[in-house]
Amino acid sequence: MTTAAEWLDIGWVDQIPVRGSRTVQVAGGDDIAVFRTADGKIFALLDRCPHKHGRLSQGIVHGGAVACPLHNWRISLSTGEALGEDKGCTPTVPVKVDGGRVLICRASTLKAAA
Amino acid sequence: MEHRPLKAETDTREHLVVIGNGMAGCRAVEELLARDRTRYRVTIFGAEPRVNYNRIMLSPVLAGEKSFDDIVINDADWYASNGISLIAGDPVIAIDRAAKTVTTRGGISESYHKLLIATGSDPFIIPVPGKDLPGVVAFRDMDDVGTMLSAAEKGGNAVVIGGGLLGLEAAHGLSLRGMRVTVIHLMPTLMERQLDEAAGWLLKQALEARGQTILTGADTAEIVGDGKVEGVRLKDGTLIPADLVVMAVGIRPSTALARDAGLAVGRGVQVDDHMVTSDPDILAVGECVEHDGQVYGLVAPLWDMCRSLADGLVEKPSGYRGSVTSTKLKVSGIDVFSAGDFSGGDGCEDIVLRDAARGIYKRVVLKHDRIVGAVLYGDTADGSWYFDLLKKQDDVSGLRDVLIFGQAFASGGGQADPKAAVAALSDDAEICGCNGISKGQVISCIAKGAHSLDAVRGTCKASASCGSCTGLVETLLALTLGDDVQSGPKTMCKCTSFGHDDVRREIVAQNMRSIPEVMQKLHWATPDGCSSCRPALNYYLLCALPGEYVDDQQSRFVNERLHANIQKDGTYSVVPRMWGGLTNPKELRAIADVVEKYNAPMVKVTGGQRLDIFGIKKEDLPAVWADLNAAGMVSGHAYGKALRTVKTCVGSEWCRFGTQDSTGLGVKIERMSWGSWMPHKFKIAVSGCPRNCAEATIKDFGVVCVDSGYELHVGGNGGIHVRATDLLCKVATKQEALDYCAAFIQLYREEARYLERTAPWIERVGLDYVKARLLDDSAGREALRARFLYSQSFSQDDPWAQRAGGAEAEHHAPMARFIPQEALA
Repeated sequence: MTTAAEWLDIGWVDQIPVRGSRTVQVAGGDDIAVFRTADGKIFALLDRCPHKHGRLSQGIVHGGAVACPLHNWRISLSTGEALGEDKGCTPTVPVKVDGGRVLICRASTLKAAA
Repeated sequence: MEHRPLKAETDTREHLVVIGNGMAGCRAVEELLARDRTRYRVTIFGAEPRVNYNRIMLSPVLAGEKSFDDIVINDADWYASNGISLIAGDPVIAIDRAAKTVTTRGGISESYHKLLIATGSDPFIIPVPGKDLPGVVAFRDMDDVGTMLSAAEKGGNAVVIGGGLLGLEAAHGLSLRGMRVTVIHLMPTLMERQLDEAAGWLLKQALEARGQTILTGADTAEIVGDGKVEGVRLKDGTLIPADLVVMAVGIRPSTALARDAGLAVGRGVQVDDHMVTSDPDILAVGECVEHDGQVYGLVAPLWDMCRSLADGLVEKPSGYRGSVTSTKLKVSGIDVFSAGDFSGGDGCEDIVLRDAARGIYKRVVLKHDRIVGAVLYGDTADGSWYFDLLKKQDDVSGLRDVLIFGQAFASGGGQADPKAAVAALSDDAEICGCNGISKGQVISCIAKGAHSLDAVRGTCKASASCGSCTGLVETLLALTLGDDVQSGPKTMCKCTSFGHDDVRREIVAQNMRSIPEVMQKLHWATPDGCSSCRPALNYYLLCALPGEYVDDQQSRFVNERLHANIQKDGTYSVVPRMWGGLTNPKELRAIADVVEKYNAPMVKVTGGQRLDIFGIKKEDLPAVWADLNAAGMVSGHAYGKALRTVKTCVGSEWCRFGTQDSTGLGVKIERMSWGSWMPHKFKIAVSGCPRNCAEATIKDFGVVCVDSGYELHVGGNGGIHVRATDLLCKVATKQEALDYCAAFIQLYREEARYLERTAPWIERVGLDYVKARLLDDSAGREALRARFLYSQSFSQDDPWAQRAGGAEAEHHAPMARFIPQEALA
């Protein structure tokens, strides 16, 4: 069993626009980008493209991927891997939805801050 | 229902008490009896005063397609002949685990050896003011249906809150019963948990065509009424009149009894693989349980659970392993099916078939050659076949090419090779239904030299309308020419077989009004497009429907979404508009104050005669804009596919060579054209004499003033490929210069492809074409100008002021902030 302390409650699902994203600021580290796809799935990644560190949270979300706003790399929301010809990976953050609330993994978030 | 006498004294068998006379409770008993008819004495308690009925068939009862008797699963005889005691209409209110008894509201107390909790779920009532008014009902049991039916007899307005499966079925039934129905749905698309955006859009169209009003993205604020329901008010202030309000926003597992008895309860009553709760003598089944973290609100998992439960009760445990679910909407005439996971993602591939003419959308999601999800709209005949393949996890790589055409086609032996199937068609077989073109006509068109898809579309028109026969035409090209097929027109992106011009033409011709509509009608190959086509479609719709189309922010590049320019470090640069490059002390002071207040590390004069403030954080943008707005400045659109700047020289007012008031004209042009969205960025300059200090001959539209008037130049570019402008014409007055400028911009807006600057556009269509439209056709020019000004009446609303006023704050503020304990320590 996971305890509540292992998950950070960051807000309601509805606060994230469909086919869009919001960020979670982490003191002393990179932001976490939390995405919501057209079919309502929630994903969380470090807000940093593996290419030139673009803010993925600002990209266009389509299907299960986001296009980085700086150079249009496509990053898989579920694995963080660059798609197509590009190579690179952004760390993912475990995320779950419970009763309409979005929860992200505390340990992974701490790692992001380190 | 009468209470049968309980016969505990004479019957020494183990006593199974079931709380819940619904689908799960009775099914569990049926499964038990099928395994061992005699082992347990059974007592069932039901809250409703009636026998066991099929709850999922309440929708057809409401719609008048079935009566209550039709949906009864087990009548009174079943209870009697199996020796089951039924206590109906008297709900159990307490479980005493120590004494192993249950007590009803009516005071009946019964002891048990095994207890089965099958309390199902409760409708979720959103906690808004007015939720308890008479006339507000849920849609859960036969009593609710009765309330709805008596309301429907009086006619009037019904509002259904919730556009999910249940809500839409309620809306359909009430609509058939003659009420005017409005569905309020919080999410942007209907049934978003079961359907993707494309299918949700089709469903909305179909329901609207049947006279229902569907409001998506609508949030209920309160239910209003004096003594009874009179209306529903949305958070945006809209008031919808209502004589009946149906709350169908969702269900919650009914766990109060179990929780009060101290059983482990999460989202539902927690059970193991044998449906045993944290008390080994208490079992639970159905919608009230949580198994392996999952709760279910559909009927199929419940059957699986009941089998495992009964196996456990007769000590032949099998173990429940969770269920994959599928959904069908029970609205007659509208066929919708979904199963599994259709969210896509890594390693997932979509096979999409769209047939706009017949209103069909099919999408099968594959992962590692296995079906993981399916969404069908319009033709759901193959739903069960896909669901079967999904559950069995069969390898479908052998069927892949024909999978989307369904079971009949895929299992058709020799027909399974699509190329062979096309080759086998007779010459008079119809290929293009829109234009009535046969196979023979396509082949003769190819034989006469149409060696590409584009050429075929251009000559015999096959595949030039909806595009659904594109695959057939391509196969015919391949069959006829082998390797000599010329590659087709450059398509917009890999999501479509159409080029930009085809898509634009069809948007206008078919009066399409939204991105999902374009994707459906033009047979998009992906469910929600990509980062190339979505911004293009958004622009084309915006251009075609000024004042009507609602801009899709999620289909905008970041700069246009945040009204600022993203920089490599993730901060933004901000460029306020300075009309014609003119400024004054008040504006300069405001800019200087912003630079200091927000610690902007750099300010730069741009090539377009503006000041660019660098290093502003996303969160600070609205405050920065508020400060700039206060000094009278608006967005400079330095971030947009839009009018950037009108650059001017000082002109006749100051310059000894100046021939006309170039700054004054520049300001007028900028006031006229700012705020307009375009296929790409657009730069204008006005020079006061042929020395051309404003560099007007490398702009998209340039004015060079001369003694006798104004030379108008078009199609210049100072970028990678420097292109000097072409001279369009010379005009005598400022007003003519403004009018030609407006007409030229509108021609470019309506006809250039998205992300095509004026220079390559003019090279593609030719200067003569532009001259023919703007010079030879004065009525056409006037119409273009009028359309531009009409469109501008909607676009000159400063986006900065809207955001500074709090609009769309979610684009700027983080959702949450996290300060690790470790950092504080």
